[in-house]
Amino acid sequence: MTNTLHRYGDANSFHDDYIIFAIPSVGKNDKDAIPKLKQFLTICAKHNPCNMGNGNRGSIAPDKGLNPTAHWNRKSAPDWQTVIDEVKKPGTVAAVFTTKADAEAAFKEVVESDFGISVNISSSVDNAREVGKCCGVNRHSVEYALAFNDPHDHLPNSQVLELSTMCGHGMVSFNMAKKMLEMVREGRRTSAQAAATLVRFCPCGVYNPQRAKRLIESACKVQR
Amino acid sequence: MIINQHKCVACGNCVAVCPMGAIYVDPEKNRAQINDEACVECGTCYRGMSTEHLNPTMVRAVRKVAKFMRFRFEPEPDVCPTGAFEMNELEMPRLIRQIFSDPVVEHKSTGIKGRGTEEVKTNDVSLRVDTGEVGYTIEFGRPGVGVLFSDIEEMTRALAASGVTFESNNPITHLMTDVKTGTIRADILPEKILSAIVEIKTKIDEVEKVLRIVEEVNERIDTVTAIGISTRCDSDGEDKILAPVLEDLGYGYARAKTNMGLGRITNTVELKTNSNVGA
Repeated sequence: MTNTLHRYGDANSFHDDYIIFAIPSVGKNDKDAIPKLKQFLTICAKHNPCNMGNGNRGSIAPDKGLNPTAHWNRKSAPDWQTVIDEVKKPGTVAAVFTTKADAEAAFKEVVESDFGISVNISSSVDNAREVGKCCGVNRHSVEYALAFNDPHDHLPNSQVLELSTMCGHGMVSFNMAKKMLEMVREGRRTSAQAAATLVRFCPCGVYNPQRAKRLIESACKVQR
Repeated sequence: MIINQHKCVACGNCVAVCPMGAIYVDPEKNRAQINDEACVECGTCYRGMSTEHLNPTMVRAVRKVAKFMRFRFEPEPDVCPTGAFEMNELEMPRLIRQIFSDPVVEHKSTGIKGRGTEEVKTNDVSLRVDTGEVGYTIEFGRPGVGVLFSDIEEMTRALAASGVTFESNNPITHLMTDVKTGTIRADILPEKILSAIVEIKTKIDEVEKVLRIVEEVNERIDTVTAIGISTRCDSDGEDKILAPVLEDLGYGYARAKTNMGLGRITNTVELKTNSNVGA
């Protein structure tokens, strides 16, 4: 599924949103891919990602055994090692970076490692091109995201869309994004806490909590 | 999906969590309920919510006192306090909802090769979209709207009539009984899913025709669509073919997924199974 392609926003809104992912191809290079995918994630973990995922689990995941004290002291630290350890099958693994420098550093090391697995960058068109150029890598193929067709006016406002579409599989509901915006506006949660709540719903680990925090702060500032 | 009525304490946290708005609290039963027609079995409530395993009777008592006192407890908004959600065994045709809506569940028994495809993410090794060709991913239902298979079929029929080529290794193509006409299995047409992607390929001179068809059909079907449109770059890593066409047609394209060309064929023996979930 096009899990990172259709993030809502203009090119500038992706200045802190660089997703680098590796994906083996069935029958072409999936044999012995698992150690390479783990190594890919290990490299990415060294370069300050804000999230990582292995297709089944993100670095900030739901906790199925909370005790009641969690309501006052919720943990939301990313767990890189579990994401790496739980790569069990050849599939997509991804890391999200908030700065061009970190994305470039991670990509450079991935290029040098020469895994032979397809690597994609999902961001603005220019962001991806520039990260490639810094390592002397030309783009092979590009898939552009065209705007949503919504002739029946189903979609909510742009603030909710920006937050919701960061999980391209649609696991972050419009209502949850609205609820988090309301809770921050009412002073019931901080923007960081609200972003951490949203990121837990994305099982692929591609949700960008730093961008979410910025978008929430921007939306609440506008409202005031 | 099931909400265990013995465990539910009607806290309402799950209501906002559901991408389809299928969960509500029944004031007479004082329990959360699922509207099965609206539910697409995506598992967001079951998997995405953290859980405590508190005693339901105790929680209800505390909530009753708090309600009487008009106190508002401020729980974490993504927590089910009693772990009331349970995933039930599904059979076809309802199972098709889960296959297309839950990104982490595999269903090899249906014969469908996963939910997503590699698209141009592996184009450097698959050459699925070669020079002069244009690939399309026409996505239905996301974000947050959902789509009926009958509506997808309306699109696939229109596209088939225009002579496009459907990607053979795509879940929707696998559900077609006649690829030439874009006809989808009749038993699943009433089913609603969170999203699906139709993949096609054309020559560059057919871009306008395809985009117009999608827009026209979308007017008739009650959902949202999103198009990804792809091409192979030249030896300098530039796209001097598709981007100018999109600009001429008035389409913006701020975001893209860019294949950096690092893949190569390394398998010595071809494998038949894989569980790629796209990114």
